[in-house]
Amino acid sequence: VVPGADSSSRQLCFAWGPAEVLVCETLFGRAGGSRSRCLSRSPCPSRFWGEGRAGAAARALTDSVAGTEDGAPSSSRVFVVRRDQDIYIQTLRKLFNESHGIFMGLQRSEEELAGKSRKAQLVQVSKNYRSVIRACMEDMHQAAVSTRDPALQGQYSTQVSILSAMELIWNLCEILFVEAATAGPLLLRLLDWVRLHVCDVDSMVRDVLSSESPAKHKLFWNVVDIFVLQGRMDEARHLLSKEASTNPTSMNMYKILDDLMKKMPVPSLSNTQTLTELELKWQHWHEECQRYLQDGTFASNPHMESICKILLGDEDAILEKKELMTTWYHFLVTRLLYSHPTVKPMELRFYAQSSMDLFLGGESSPEPLDLILMAAFEFEMHQVIKECSIVLSNWWFVAHLTDLLDHCKLLQSHNLYFGSNMREFLLLEYASGLFSHHSLWQLGVDYFDHCPEYGRVYLELHIERIPLSTEQKALKVLRICEQRQMHEQVRSICKIMAMKALRNNRLGSALSWSIRAKDAAFATLISDRFLKDYCERGCFSDLDLIDNLGPSMLLSDRLTFLGKYREFHRLYGEQRFAEAARLLLTLMTAHIAPCSFWMTLLTDALPLLEQKEVIFSAEQTYELMRCLEDLTAGNPDKQKFQDDDVETTKVEMLRLALARNLARVIVKEGTVEGS
Amino acid sequence: QDNRISIWSAGDLGNAGLNGEYHGEPHLLCDIQHNGDVMDMQFLDQERIVVASSTGTVTIFRHHQNNQTLSANHRWDKAHYHVDQDTSCGGAACTGVVCNNPEIVTVGEDGRINLFRADQKDAVRTIDNADSSTLHAVTFLRTTEILTVNSIGQLKIWDLRHQRNEPSQIFSLAGDRVPLHCVDRHPNQQHIVATGGQDGMLSIWDIRQGTMPVSLLNAHEAEMWEVHFHPSDPDHLFTCSEDGSLWHWDTSTNVSEKPSFLHQGGRSTAYLSHSTINQSVVSAWLSNDPTKDRMEITNLIPNQTLSVNSLDVLGPCLVYGTDAEAIYVNRQLFA
Repeated sequence: VVPGADSSSRQLCFAWGPAEVLVCETLFGRAGGSRSRCLSRSPCPSRFWGEGRAGAAARALTDSVAGTEDGAPSSSRVFVVRRDQDIYIQTLRKLFNESHGIFMGLQRSEEELAGKSRKAQLVQVSKNYRSVIRACMEDMHQAAVSTRDPALQGQYSTQVSILSAMELIWNLCEILFVEAATAGPLLLRLLDWVRLHVCDVDSMVRDVLSSESPAKHKLFWNVVDIFVLQGRMDEARHLLSKEASTNPTSMNMYKILDDLMKKMPVPSLSNTQTLTELELKWQHWHEECQRYLQDGTFASNPHMESICKILLGDEDAILEKKELMTTWYHFLVTRLLYSHPTVKPMELRFYAQSSMDLFLGGESSPEPLDLILMAAFEFEMHQVIKECSIVLSNWWFVAHLTDLLDHCKLLQSHNLYFGSNMREFLLLEYASGLFSHHSLWQLGVDYFDHCPEYGRVYLELHIERIPLSTEQKALKVLRICEQRQMHEQVRSICKIMAMKALRNNRLGSALSWSIRAKDAAFATLISDRFLKDYCERGCFSDLDLIDNLGPSMLLSDRLTFLGKYREFHRLYGEQRFAEAARLLLTLMTAHIAPCSFWMTLLTDALPLLEQKEVIFSAEQTYELMRCLEDLTAGNPDKQKFQDDDVETTKVEMLRLALARNLARVIVKEGTVEGS
Repeated sequence: QDNRISIWSAGDLGNAGLNGEYHGEPHLLCDIQHNGDVMDMQFLDQERIVVASSTGTVTIFRHHQNNQTLSANHRWDKAHYHVDQDTSCGGAACTGVVCNNPEIVTVGEDGRINLFRADQKDAVRTIDNADSSTLHAVTFLRTTEILTVNSIGQLKIWDLRHQRNEPSQIFSLAGDRVPLHCVDRHPNQQHIVATGGQDGMLSIWDIRQGTMPVSLLNAHEAEMWEVHFHPSDPDHLFTCSEDGSLWHWDTSTNVSEKPSFLHQGGRSTAYLSHSTINQSVVSAWLSNDPTKDRMEITNLIPNQTLSVNSLDVLGPCLVYGTDAEAIYVNRQLFA
């Protein structure tokens, strides 16, 4: 929804841009009652490009709007709607850059590793992603704490909570999908997960532990309860011992409870016991707890009694501690710990659904986060991704998670209606968002590379529209295009840069760009420019360039001519007349010189013809005459120039000089040496 | 766009762990906003930094060490610009800056060379249209001579004492005129110059003789952005490139034969006859015989992804920055 654009009273018009959508209010009132779309998430086919495109487009829009009706100036505003606002948040840049590194590492990692080692590798990748999210959360938290602007602070805090939710979801997906924990270790992982993410208790715990006599603290039993609820038996026992020491009457009760807690069987990560063994042991222990409870051992101390009930997995007892657990998934894990420690992954969904219902109890409805987690417990990966896409404001999370799950070979090729699969679709969306950023676009390139179907096409379209503010940026873009054999884009970019250079009178730069693109046509253009300058001013500009053309001279005929012509001048300057003469003639006879330049060349021949020494041989003189005749006779338009005095004089002088030279050379060549 | 100049502390040596390794990360001391991309920068003296911007502006920033702040001390706007006024800003990127306190020389995409003095408002000298193409980098050859490289593969020497606007010498590559992007001069032997090209080739020149490079070394697969001789140990050379690698070129084969010039800032005098010094040290970079002098080349980056744009080296420390918006500090280069 675009804030400020009142779609109920005015019709809105819009224009696409490469990364933005321009929305403008028009003078037309609303006819029907159609609702406006949510414009902030549209994909964008891009046909707009050039510098200042947003400005130009805005001008075009307001012009066209103002022209309607009776020419009354509209007070319409133009809104620039950007798709990915998140990429402009400074603190998130670390997330994008680091995750790019992890993504690339994953794409390049060994596919041949099978079974356990591959799984361990993928779990490590997942952990890396999560640590990046956490690092970002830290930075964001620091920023929120240190800023004084309340609006910014609010923004940062929101970001922190979004990031923490993302990490929560990712962690659960790691446990259930990537690591695919089996019954036994599954519970341990879930316990870790809960302990890590439900941290509201940490401050309370700190308070109690750091007070002088923890047992007397009013929150003491809360802390013990939360330890028990999270299966942190050792810490609970440690605290209880403090209570026991201050209250010797309950020593007996304490000892029994402590014993029960110590003996509680938990799944282990190593293979020392099978599930059946664990279940047996657990059954025994459960019965023992039951006995003590029924005997009324803890009757005198309601706190301890409730703990015993929790140990027995009594749902009501656990639910009583709702405020301590704060979330339904904590409730779920506690329930599982104390009633079904050997739960299998596929059974999770039933417990999850019932836990959520019991916990929320019909008072509140599930939030988006709850639905996502529920989908995860039900092993509905596609549902998880879909829900996340809807809720989160940018594609980072779903793109990377889906890519990881795809590498775990967990996503069936779920063909979306326009042909690519889900992983590719999400990566394309994410990378396209990156391209609207002035420097994060480089990351986007690598993402497109790893989208086999449409990546290349997307890259070709996007890369031409990056604004090239400095030559260095242009070089980077060019290198990317060259590495991927995107020849058309190379030519196009080099042409843009060469034109810019030409307009700024940087002829050397322009030539350097056309050499890079092997663009003969442009090289011809530049040479013509040089030659034009020469004709106008009578001398060459940028001699350092023309004198040092080297092999690039061969790029275009005109360029070759330019180089050779300059060489002619050099030879003349060094008084190597014979060579200069030969070169001059070759320029015309070999048709290296353009016809328009022949007059100039012939005029250059004049001083050579007028030298005291005879330079041109008879053959050469005949050639020159022929060239002159070709020039004057060939073109009927030349009749007009017959009236031009300068031209006619030139031609006459040439004819005279040629004739005289011919005379001298015939005599010279006819003279017999010696005698 | 939000570009900033930042000063980081890479930690004190006193915080080294048990193994002598430093485990902390560099942390930000202070920063200041900068208009345009930072194309090049160099310390003028202990407190002042000269920064070249893509808008054509050259700025001197002062780092106040007592309260850890940065402030803009002096600015030369439009140090580099294009003549055509049709372009919206008219500024041309300033691509290179080199300092020799109090003199500052800058070059840019407009082919212009500027000579500034730190305390003077206007440029001391400007050579307009010094080059018809973009000047990519500049360095001092002697106190009155500078070297520039451009995008048509030429290395030019300019003598600033002379008033004419022509280079005193032009060197170029044989073959294709590949643009040169960076240049550095050997710290002790001023006739040895290294340049890096757009094709990733490292060229070593002897400017006393010939107009072509002495050796061409096929190095990187993409543009070489920076080349640096180690200031105190010039047998070591470092290059970084768009292809994401940073190479360490080591020609110090037989340490016992060669006199070591500088160790940790001190100067040790080597009592060798003049001819021996010339012979044993010159051969390191200028030798054409690969069998006689081995050169060790190591890539210092294990997982390369994006371009390494810039590097600097001093003593045992190497610092470089990449396009993945990361700065890396290596404090034990020769360990």
